[in-house]
Amino acid sequence: MIEIKDLKKTFGDKTVIDGVSAVMQTGKCNLIIGSSGSGKTVFMKCLVGLFEPDSGEILYSGKNFTTMNEEERKELRQQIGMLFQGSALFDSMTVEQNIMFPLDMFTKVSFQEKLKRVNEVLARVNLENVNDKFPAEISGGMKKRVGIARAIVLNPKYLFCDEPNSGLDPQTSLLIDKLIKEITLEYKITTVVNTHDMNSVMETGDHIIYMHQGIKEWEGTNKEIIFSKNQKLNEFIFASEFLQDAKDMRMLEMKGKIDNNRNMDELLK
Amino acid sequence: MNIFTEFGRYLLMLKDMFSKPENMKMYWKELMHQCVEIGIRSLGIVVIISFFMGAVSALQTAYQLVSPLLPRSTIALIVRDTVILEFAPTLVCIVLAGVVGSKIAGELGNMRVSEQIDALEIMGINTRTYLVLPKILAAMITIPLLVVISMVLGIWGGRLASVATGIVAASQFDKGLLQNFLPYNVFFALAKAYTFSFIISSISSFYGYYVKGGSLEIGRASTQSVIVSCVLILLADYVLSAVLL
Repeated sequence: MIEIKDLKKTFGDKTVIDGVSAVMQTGKCNLIIGSSGSGKTVFMKCLVGLFEPDSGEILYSGKNFTTMNEEERKELRQQIGMLFQGSALFDSMTVEQNIMFPLDMFTKVSFQEKLKRVNEVLARVNLENVNDKFPAEISGGMKKRVGIARAIVLNPKYLFCDEPNSGLDPQTSLLIDKLIKEITLEYKITTVVNTHDMNSVMETGDHIIYMHQGIKEWEGTNKEIIFSKNQKLNEFIFASEFLQDAKDMRMLEMKGKIDNNRNMDELLK
Repeated sequence: MNIFTEFGRYLLMLKDMFSKPENMKMYWKELMHQCVEIGIRSLGIVVIISFFMGAVSALQTAYQLVSPLLPRSTIALIVRDTVILEFAPTLVCIVLAGVVGSKIAGELGNMRVSEQIDALEIMGINTRTYLVLPKILAAMITIPLLVVISMVLGIWGGRLASVATGIVAASQFDKGLLQNFLPYNVFFALAKAYTFSFIISSISSFYGYYVKGGSLEIGRASTQSVIVSCVLILLADYVLSAVLL
């Protein structure tokens, strides 16, 4: 579990994160959503220590990350895996070397054992016969999956995903979402996903935090989001007329179920 | 950003480089990799430059040495001292500032922009220690060696050009080479080589490591690192000459 208390971050005169408090739950996909410039990337970078917050606390299983020294942080970071927006695979290394890198750096097991683990995680993300390929030789979706494999190779307790669907087609996006959800449940990890992809929100959003101009505007689940009365959230999610219509249809459909599955045509009349 | 802030960040980067490695074997591997990248991959250009530098130096010295009172062996002496004192350490390092410096800045800049440095940080690796320190150490190991190779090849190029064009006989050239030789000059050249190699690697690492933006900024950082390295090399050359000679 990650507990965030009154987190603030400013750049010069601009307040990017303004007193956000939240609890990222274990074994769930915790989604941070918001439009571009809402502060969600800065928020995530504060959580993993790439940015230092101005004030507030970040507690990883009760341990205060903000007051930890460099050595303590190093130790904690070995329990953190992160999938970056652009995958951030090391260009000069093959897929196998990329995934093996954390094992090489932090474990003392034999090469055979490391290779076994690499193949295990590659199989887990449904990738085969790519061990010797370089990142430049594989597709965007495959890069994301290699990124996930590298993030989970050390069995982390916390998984952070920054825009895992950016630059992917809808079908591949769904595969990545499914994979993140499955891994979260399987390994019982605390997953934090930064996204503005509505498919992800509906598919994986066990716990959703909506941010607007650095403030936590709304919090709930993917089941609650559709009924939300928050105007800013509705404007963000149902930005187009098409999506607004889809929402109305969905609400009618759900209402239909509540009203003993009455016929949709009746409701639409 | 003013020059003092930049200098402060540069010093902080150097200070943060010194931390306990997470896995010594991986750092050793990275150091060896950088020795190959910086040293071996620059060998070709150093060989070509050094040979022609010595050859041209011999021909131009002979062209200017018109007095019949001066023995022809003086050409060898002048070639030897100019190559050892200035051409091998300074000229080669200026070229390496372009070759190695832009490569280091480009590599680190690309890693920064594509979040590879962030990925290493998240893993719990001190990126200054893992990425910058091996580059600086590798440069300080290999560049002085390249300078020594350059000295030998420069003098050999001068000898070959002199003999081939009939300016000086081989025996006369060899005699001149041994005249008034000061081993201190080699020490001075090596002192310059160590200083310049530190400048080249640390300055280009600094510009690459702190790149912000995209590919355009990586290009700018590479250019900037070469310019600053060259200016600092020339400045250090003057200071070292004034202090050590």
